[in-house]
Amino acid sequence: MATDIKVPTVGESVTEVTVARWLKKVGDSVALDDPLVELETDKATQELSASTSGTLAEIVAAEGSNVPVGGLLGRIAEGPAKPMAKPALAPAAKLQAAAPAAAKAQSPAPPRAVPAAEELLARSGPAVRKAVAEAGIDVAQIKPSGKDGRLTKSDVFAAAQPAPAPAVARPPRELGPAEERVRMTRLRRTIAQRLKEAQNTAAMLTTFNEADMTEVMALRERYRETFEKKHGVRLGFMSFFVKACIVALREIPVANAEIDGDDIVYKNHYDIGVAVGTEQGLVVPVLRDADKLGFAEIEKAIADLGRRARDGKLKLEELQGGTFTITNGGVYGSLLSTPILNPPQSAILGMHKIEKRPVVVGERIEARAMMYLALSYDHRLVDGREAVTFLVRVKECVENPERLLFDM
Amino acid sequence: MSDSFDVIVIGAGPGGYVAAIRAAQLGMSVACVEKRETLGGTCLNIGCIPSKALLQSTEKYEEARHAMAAHGVKLGEVGLDLGVMMARKDKVVGENTRGVAFLFRKNKVEHITGAAKLIGQNRIEVSTGNGAARALEAKKAIIIATGSDSMKLPGVEIDEKTIVSSTGALSLDKVPARLAVVGGGYIGLEMGSVWRRLGAQVTVIEFLDHITPGMDRELSGALQRVLTKQGFAFRLGSKVVEAKRGKGGVSLALEPAAGGAREEVTADVVLVSIGRRPYADGLGLETAGVQRDNKGRIMVDERYATTVPGIYAIGDVIAGPMLAHKASEEGVALAEMLAGQRPQLDYDAIPAVIYTWPEVASVGKTEEELKAAGIAYKTGKFPFSANPRARANGDTEGFVKILADTASDRVRGVHIIGPDAGTMIAEAALAMEFGATSEDIARTSHAHPTLSEAVKEAALAVAGRAIHI
Repeated sequence: MATDIKVPTVGESVTEVTVARWLKKVGDSVALDDPLVELETDKATQELSASTSGTLAEIVAAEGSNVPVGGLLGRIAEGPAKPMAKPALAPAAKLQAAAPAAAKAQSPAPPRAVPAAEELLARSGPAVRKAVAEAGIDVAQIKPSGKDGRLTKSDVFAAAQPAPAPAVARPPRELGPAEERVRMTRLRRTIAQRLKEAQNTAAMLTTFNEADMTEVMALRERYRETFEKKHGVRLGFMSFFVKACIVALREIPVANAEIDGDDIVYKNHYDIGVAVGTEQGLVVPVLRDADKLGFAEIEKAIADLGRRARDGKLKLEELQGGTFTITNGGVYGSLLSTPILNPPQSAILGMHKIEKRPVVVGERIEARAMMYLALSYDHRLVDGREAVTFLVRVKECVENPERLLFDM
Repeated sequence: MSDSFDVIVIGAGPGGYVAAIRAAQLGMSVACVEKRETLGGTCLNIGCIPSKALLQSTEKYEEARHAMAAHGVKLGEVGLDLGVMMARKDKVVGENTRGVAFLFRKNKVEHITGAAKLIGQNRIEVSTGNGAARALEAKKAIIIATGSDSMKLPGVEIDEKTIVSSTGALSLDKVPARLAVVGGGYIGLEMGSVWRRLGAQVTVIEFLDHITPGMDRELSGALQRVLTKQGFAFRLGSKVVEAKRGKGGVSLALEPAAGGAREEVTADVVLVSIGRRPYADGLGLETAGVQRDNKGRIMVDERYATTVPGIYAIGDVIAGPMLAHKASEEGVALAEMLAGQRPQLDYDAIPAVIYTWPEVASVGKTEEELKAAGIAYKTGKFPFSANPRARANGDTEGFVKILADTASDRVRGVHIIGPDAGTMIAEAALAMEFGATSEDIARTSHAHPTLSEAVKEAALAVAGRAIHI
């Protein structure tokens, strides 16, 4: 009896994955929970582990191929290596996020209402039943559009189709002698698509300001050792900016809102995305309920998210649902930039490098540690006055960090 | 002429010829081996089609004699030319079997005439007559679709003259004064109807205490009453223990099924229609290792695979109702599976029809089956006597009965006795394929005035809200 390895449900909007790398070869023995294959989705790279022990009998989806959710990746045969038997229908591989053990327990498999699926199939007619069986997809993955919630053939085909490839208007150009053609990774394609979507949708513009970092740096210098000794994490600038942004977001709620059709959705929770550059590309893990976190908790969480982002071990839910984003181009030395929104969010703060610049303080010119700040915002929702006020508030909080104590 | 095909189908009945055509449509090279000279199997040659031709002709005769006057149509002397009637039937059969031959040519299915024998898991030998034989190889599949044959009654020898099977009953050269039908199933009742309309005194002898075994008992009772009104005599709970040919016809000795004194029934012709048995004679199943169950049916899994890899079986020769359309569906499904598709047959949604007048048609579960399974159900019934079209036609016999699940309202069974029931049941089968509720049928607009409105009204009646009664 062989067990099918199928692409699991990895997230609401994910319809297809790319097989990044097989971690086992055909004939390798496999223990329960052994990582089998790395799957790249629009949002992250994840490991799929074995739901049963045995031998990897067959690899159906080669590295680099795109497979729909529910699609067959390979098969695990029972016991030591031998030719595979009849394919089983039950999806046998379960998704195992390569996360700390604690997180594992929190992500149970999505509940699967088998009788409901059967009932839906029974109501949807013989052509649909045949199409579903052939597509090999989970009924729960198909969005019904028929009468009284029945599935139609088109629903099944739509669910079985790989996501439409971006339209290519012209034939691929000939390569020159010193050129190389490399396929975009799925993550890169998604980044490209999402950024362009943001530009096409939002009325985006950027307002600038600068912050005198002297006070923060002094504060940080003063408590660096004690903080690190007590919390086991470095005190960085990011926690100050997260705190400053929350003060500003509270004051300017549209910056924490999104447009949904003709409505505005205000969010009374503050989930701050922190952009992290990785080898594969940019990812934005989300700091949940950042308003309820202390400095140490923020620093710890950011360090953990950043590390796991670079290792490609973030869970999908850690990448979804942010309400506002902070990006720090300063770590690479950027002096000034205009960040692009992370849709459907309405604003994004850009941090930059700190450099000593001559600044007029009182009547004198002093060398001060300065950082340019940029706030890109969706002008459909956020007025200029609000955006400027927001950025001024961030500036004030950073320049006078004691304000953060009093939430003002 | 190649001797190697992707698929070899044995038997060209409604299972085999449909499987062959479907496989050819899907790009496979196909040969279909048939013992009979003409294609179409029992159904087209000596079953469904000729019997329907005779039922149609005799219905017209009956109408002319008894029904036309009521419509104000005066016909004068009505006479019977049995020769013309039989010739017409043969013509209909010929047109249908030649139609299959045309379809084979169109789809490039090679038709091979001869008796097939399995000589390996992918080889057969066809005796093409005069001692000649041709060996064929199947690259993908051998499909056994050899159908069924009339069941014999111990102690009663069929001569197809005075003691006949359904085959002989389709070709009697004169109308018997007395026809005894052994077996109260659909074949006996249909052929009994043909000869009764032409003037025979028909007595149906049935071992069980009701006719049409397996059918919803309310319909079976209603049918028996209508047929009795038409002149049928029924001897239920009786078994035939002996048949003696004499000068005055055939004398049948009956014994009550429950035991008791013998009785005698004499008839000019006896039709033995006690059922059909799977037919695979001479195929060499044992040598090939194809296993059968205790009823002689070839054992298959859900993919119609027999116990020998590469050999498949469909239709009457496997389990399930012996119906032409069931065999055809299996033929299509199997051909598609061989092409890597995943069709699924819903055996609960296969209709069954008896072409008496009125017709009787069923799909899904009977009340008896629902009770046995402990499923709570609601019944909606509507008589054709309350249907305006049936009244206009002058055919008000019968009713529609819909059984729906109490909890989900899903239609579990539809049973119709009435004019054109066999055509109307298609709607019910479609509804069941889509898991429809009785309300779905009730909310579907049915044209007025049609007989089908009775189906809608029965669906309304499930919820106690039929309009016209």
